[in-house]
Amino acid sequence: MVIVGAGECGVRAALALREQGFTGPVDLIGAEPYLPYERPPLSKDIMAGEAEPEPRTIASADRLAAAGIVFHPQRTVSAIDRAGKQVALSGGGALAYDKLLLATGAVPRRLPMAPEPTGRIAYFRTFDDALRIRAQLVPGKTLAIVGGGFIGLELAASARHRGAGIVVIEALPRLLSRGVPEPIARRIEARHRAAGVEFVLGTGLAAIEETAAGVRLRLADGREIAADFVVIGIGAVPETSLAAGAGLSLDNGIAVDRLLTTSDPDIFAAGDCCSFPHPLYDGRRLRLESWRSAQEQGALAAANMLGAAEAVSAVPWFWSDQYELTLQIAGLPDEGASIVERESEGSLVLFHLKPDGRLVGAAGIGPGNAVARDIRVAEMLIARRAHPDIGALAKPDFKLRSLLAA
Amino acid sequence: MPEWIAACATDDIDTEDVIRFDHGTQTFAIYRSPEDRFYATAGMCTHEHTCLADGLVMGDIIECPKHNGRFNYKTGQGKGAPIIDNLKTYPVKVEGGTVFIEA
Ligand SMILES: Cc1cc2nc3c(=O)[nH]c(=O)nc-3n(C[C@H](O)[C@H](O)[C@H](O)COP(=O)(O)OP(=O)(O)OC[C@H]3O[C@@H](n4cnc5c(N)ncnc54)[C@H](O)[C@@H]3O)c2cc1C
Repeated sequence: MVIVGAGECGVRAALALREQGFTGPVDLIGAEPYLPYERPPLSKDIMAGEAEPEPRTIASADRLAAAGIVFHPQRTVSAIDRAGKQVALSGGGALAYDKLLLATGAVPRRLPMAPEPTGRIAYFRTFDDALRIRAQLVPGKTLAIVGGGFIGLELAASARHRGAGIVVIEALPRLLSRGVPEPIARRIEARHRAAGVEFVLGTGLAAIEETAAGVRLRLADGREIAADFVVIGIGAVPETSLAAGAGLSLDNGIAVDRLLTTSDPDIFAAGDCCSFPHPLYDGRRLRLESWRSAQEQGALAAANMLGAAEAVSAVPWFWSDQYELTLQIAGLPDEGASIVERESEGSLVLFHLKPDGRLVGAAGIGPGNAVARDIRVAEMLIARRAHPDIGALAKPDFKLRSLLAA
Repeated sequence: MPEWIAACATDDIDTEDVIRFDHGTQTFAIYRSPEDRFYATAGMCTHEHTCLADGLVMGDIIECPKHNGRFNYKTGQGKGAPIIDNLKTYPVKVEGGTVFIEA
C-alpha cells in the first residue's frame, strides 16, 4: 500500500490500514520536511501563543515505526505509472503498489495580480508559512489580509492578540460567504471590529505593489492601503497535478465515487484533494476542507483499499476558533433555506431545514464550547434524515438530545 | 496520598450526562451512566486540553466537544483518532446522596 501525502488524511489512512489488520508494507510519502503535523493550530495557538512555535505532530516517528509505516519525508511523488503499478519519487527511486491512495491535500489559491510570495507577501498553508507570518506580528506593524475566509479571520484574531494592526480586504459584501450563514458571519465580524480589526468589504483589489517601505494595496475604487506585510487567504485549490498527469478524472479535485475510488480502481483519493458524491444530499458532489472529514475519509479509504466497499456517509463537520468564540458547522446549511434560530447567553445556533422539515445543516457560534452539544446532536439528526420538531429546536432550555430518542 | 473528596450531589447530574468538578488546581469530569452508576475521569481531553464536561455522553462514551475525540469514561480507554493517550479514571463512591471521588 502506498499513500501520497502525509497530512491529516494520509496519516490517518496509514494508521487505519494497520488498525484494520493489514500486515503488508505501508509507505507514506510526504513532501514536507517535518513529521506529519496538524494544520488547524497554525492559525490559532501556534500563531497567537508565546511559546516557541513547533509543529503539532499527528504521529511521532516512534508511533509510525511501531505501526510498521515507512515514512518518506521531504519526498515528492512525481508520477504514477498506472500500467506498471508504481510511483516515481523525486530524486530517484520508485515504489510498487497494489493499491494507491492520493491524499495530496490542497494548496492556497494564487491571486494572479500579486507578486511572488517572498519578501512581504505570503500565502498560508504550511508550518513554514506560519513561521514567516508570525515573525511579522509585532505591535506597530500592520498586516493586510486579502480574503475574509476562515484562515484570514483566524489569523486576524491571533495577530490582534500579538498586537499587530490588521486590515482585512474582502471583495464580497460580507465575510465567510462560502458556507457560513449571514447572521453568524455578522457576529464574527462584530467581534473582530471590537478587537480593532479594520474591514474593507465589497471592494475588489486592483493591484498589490511592494515598495521600499512596505506594501501598497490599490483597491478597485482607487483607494490605497499601506501595510507592512500581506497575507493572501482567498481559498485553497485541490492538489491534482499528480492525478492529472496520470490521466485520472478530475471534477473540482480528484473525482472519486462513493467508495473514494478514482477512475482507476486501484487508486483512491481522500481528503482536501478529492470530490465525492454525498448520499445525504442526493449525491451532490462535495469537496470538503475539513480536518475531521480528512480523517474520516482517510480511514474509509484505508478500509476500501482492503476491500470493505463501504460508502462515504459521514456528515460534513467543521470548526473555527476566533478569540473566545468557537464556530461549528454540521451538514450543509446552504441545502436548507428555512431557518430556525436557537439563541441563549451569547450563543446562536441556526438549524437549516428543507421545505419538508428535514434537517440538513446546522451552524452555531458561541464562547468556548457553548454550541458543541447542540451541533453534535444536530449532526446525528442530519445523519438520520430527521424531521425534528421546530418548536423544540427554537427553545434554548429544551434538551436537544431527547430528540435523538424519537 | 489520594483521599476521598465530596464532588457533588447525585441529583446534580442527569442520567447519561456529565458535569465538571474543580478541586484545587485539578479539573475532573463526573459522569452518571444510563444504568445510573457514577464515574470520574480527568476533566480535560488528552488531545487539546478541552473541558470534557461540555461534551456529550452517549452510553459508555464521552465525546470531546472540540474535535470529537471519544473515550470510554468507565475505563478511560481512548477510541481512536485524534486520541493517542487514554484518560485517567478515579474511583467513585456514593454515600447519602453525595458523590465522592478518590484523587
Ligand atoms: C491554517 C489552517 C487552519 C485550519 N483550521 C481548520 C479548522 O479550524 N477546522 C477544520 O476543520 N479544518 C481546518 N483546516 C483545514 C484542515 O487542516 C485540512 O482540511 C486538512 O489538513 C486536510 O488534510 P489532507 O491530508 O487532505 O491535506 P493536507 O493537510 O494539505 O496534506 C496533504 C499533504 O500532501 C503533501 N503532498 C501533496 N502532493 C504531494 C506529492 N506529489 N508527493 C508527496 N507529498 C505530497 C502536501 O505537501 C501536504 O503535506 C485548516 C487549514 C489550515 C491551512
